[in-house]
Amino acid sequence: MKLTHLKAVVYIKLFQGKAPIYEALQNYKTKRVVPFDVPGHKQGRGNPELREFLGEKCLAVDVNAMKPLDNLGHPVSVIKEAEELAADAFGAHHAFFMVNGTTQAVQAMIMSVCKQGDKIIMPRNVHKSAINALIICGAIPVYVNPGVNKKLGIPLGMALSDVEKAIKENPDAKAVLVNNPTYYGICSNLKAITELAHRHNMYVLVDEAHGTHFYFGDDLPLSAMAAGADMAAVSMHKTGGSLSQSSLLLIGSRLDVGHVRQIINLTQTTSGSYLLLTSLDISRRNLALNGKKIFAKVISLAEYAREEINRIGGYYAFSSELINGDSIFDFDRTKLSVHTRDIGLAGIEVYDILRDDYDIQIEFGDIGNILAIISVGDHAQALERLVSSLSEIKRLKMRDKTGMLEHEYINPVVVMTPQKAFYARQRSVPIEASAGYISGEFIMAYPPGIPILAPGERITKEIIAYIAYAKEKGSFLTGTADMAINNIKIVEE
Amino acid sequence: MELWFTEEHTDFARFSIKVDEHLYTGQSEFQRIDVFKSKEFGTFFTLDGLMMLTEKDEFIYHEMIVHVPLATNLRVKNVLVIGGGDGGTVRELTRYDTIESIDMVEIDQQVVDVCRRYLPQTSCKLDDPRVKLHFEDGLKFVRTKENAYDLIIVDSTDPFGPGEGLFTKEFYGNCFKALKSDGILVNQHESPYYEEDAKDMQRAHKRIRELFPVCRVYQAHIPTYPSGHWLFGFASKKYDPVRDLNEQAWNALGLKTKYYNTELHKGCFALPTYVLELLANA
Repeated sequence: MKLTHLKAVVYIKLFQGKAPIYEALQNYKTKRVVPFDVPGHKQGRGNPELREFLGEKCLAVDVNAMKPLDNLGHPVSVIKEAEELAADAFGAHHAFFMVNGTTQAVQAMIMSVCKQGDKIIMPRNVHKSAINALIICGAIPVYVNPGVNKKLGIPLGMALSDVEKAIKENPDAKAVLVNNPTYYGICSNLKAITELAHRHNMYVLVDEAHGTHFYFGDDLPLSAMAAGADMAAVSMHKTGGSLSQSSLLLIGSRLDVGHVRQIINLTQTTSGSYLLLTSLDISRRNLALNGKKIFAKVISLAEYAREEINRIGGYYAFSSELINGDSIFDFDRTKLSVHTRDIGLAGIEVYDILRDDYDIQIEFGDIGNILAIISVGDHAQALERLVSSLSEIKRLKMRDKTGMLEHEYINPVVVMTPQKAFYARQRSVPIEASAGYISGEFIMAYPPGIPILAPGERITKEIIAYIAYAKEKGSFLTGTADMAINNIKIVEE
Repeated sequence: MELWFTEEHTDFARFSIKVDEHLYTGQSEFQRIDVFKSKEFGTFFTLDGLMMLTEKDEFIYHEMIVHVPLATNLRVKNVLVIGGGDGGTVRELTRYDTIESIDMVEIDQQVVDVCRRYLPQTSCKLDDPRVKLHFEDGLKFVRTKENAYDLIIVDSTDPFGPGEGLFTKEFYGNCFKALKSDGILVNQHESPYYEEDAKDMQRAHKRIRELFPVCRVYQAHIPTYPSGHWLFGFASKKYDPVRDLNEQAWNALGLKTKYYNTELHKGCFALPTYVLELLANA
């Protein structure tokens, strides 16, 4: 049977008004249980300062796994039920509640289908968590050049023909990993890529760190589960309203639930936070019941802001007009990305001015763009502040744009696997003198956390120039063991 | 019967008025609106439980927010009022025949509707032909204007909730842009007394000072506002409120006022030492 046919199965919709973990915690609280287990703060009594700061209600439910509250590593009651409700709400075969971030969800995806020496096809603009997974499990990346929109300087999605080429050249690859969407809101043709990969017996793993809302809103890009993909890492905390670090791993029916759970348990804490778990439970309920309405509002807020920002002139708040049927197959209109280079300011500079002068914190600024996340928690007046501030920044700070770096996609030269490079004999050299060597570590601007350089890649003059420029403009660079990012560890060949 | 309206001026200090009758309560898109009748202060209205005005002392606030800038520059023709849904500021402005147009931008139409019904004392001039009402976010309205006004009066609520955007750097910057080259900005400037209010006051002063060459602060005594000691900001691209006060011309208009006079005008810019220190350290 072809995989796509599975979607014809009619699921029995569960009652989404329930929130089993939340209800069990409520029940636990009313019992006034005397705790002789961990955590040692004992419902906050042992740490009055923390209790005062976070609130008694919060600490009272920071509890340990116990029979009435189930166990995240081996769920049989309320967590199992909550996961089933989440699977139902997201249209997945199964959902895992994750408490070590979407980073762990991405790593669990890769490690569930790749072993030492297996190949995985992925765009180079993946989050560092994906390449970290390769360091851990020893899989080999086959990078697909995502291409760059020249005007905006942003990496795009994968073109279907490029994925096809990679598959043809690497028929032994185990999986294809797709960003849905990228940080900037750009989607590849996920359905076609999925069908293509499945025809070649490869799994499709989807990083949906920025795609929670695809499952609930109208007029949004196709979600991974709807596209028939095999696994998806969904950051509920990013646009779905749950607490930081809480996330979901969704899987389709081609994967074995027990196997994936074993992989998750390799790296997952055995003290899963009930604050995180219940936030997933409550947020899932909210999205299932009100998601359509919420994301219709989010889209209208983002569209409004885009229109107003474009009216200021100089800025370009881009959207679905970029769609080209391939490397920009679809665009997530809840994202508010603004190109700033034409007012003579790097995105990172606008990002800093907004925070320092206007008390406005946005998600990130890169060389040419800023990105604001619009979500369930936003309202019109806050967006008005952002628009007004951008108008003021243009009035007060606009300057000539000559001399500003245009970002090009730098095609990485992968010399050895990330794992081999990471564990090789290394020595430290000044970054400016590192051209020609193989990098033993990452360098990236965070956010977005997409590596400029990953372990195992050849360092070039072009990359060094880019790092210097990002540093000069004030990007927050991370990744090297040297906290000052002056030196880089290279592989001794 | 004991029915009292209580406002918490801080977590540890309260202000109460005995209520005769609760005339209106309603929740608009932005805030909760209440109107009460009392023996001591007459009819008064609150937003989200915070005192906006009473019939008995509103004259102080409205005279001081309007006559100070007008007596400084009597050639003001085009005025923008941000907020001020009760109409008191507009009422004082319409007393000047020389003013040609008044744009009033109030985010919450329900406030205006309620004040028209229960507070004719302040809302009585909202239908003056020179007045144009705009029901939208003041921040957005002012952003679209350039070199358009002689005077902008920010008659806002406190800097949280719907009034938040009206205490920001981007708002004052957009006001600067919307004013003509001799324009004046007057704003409700919070109180220097209680710590929380004083912080908002300092923040507003710091932001305005960065933008306008002339940036002064003046005071009035408003019994029903927290501590009773209230400040206004006077910022301008050209005029100094004391040096450029046109005493003779203003007095020649023969406007009858209850709080404001030109002697007080000169004096209200003299501030207590602790307030001067707060402003200097803003």
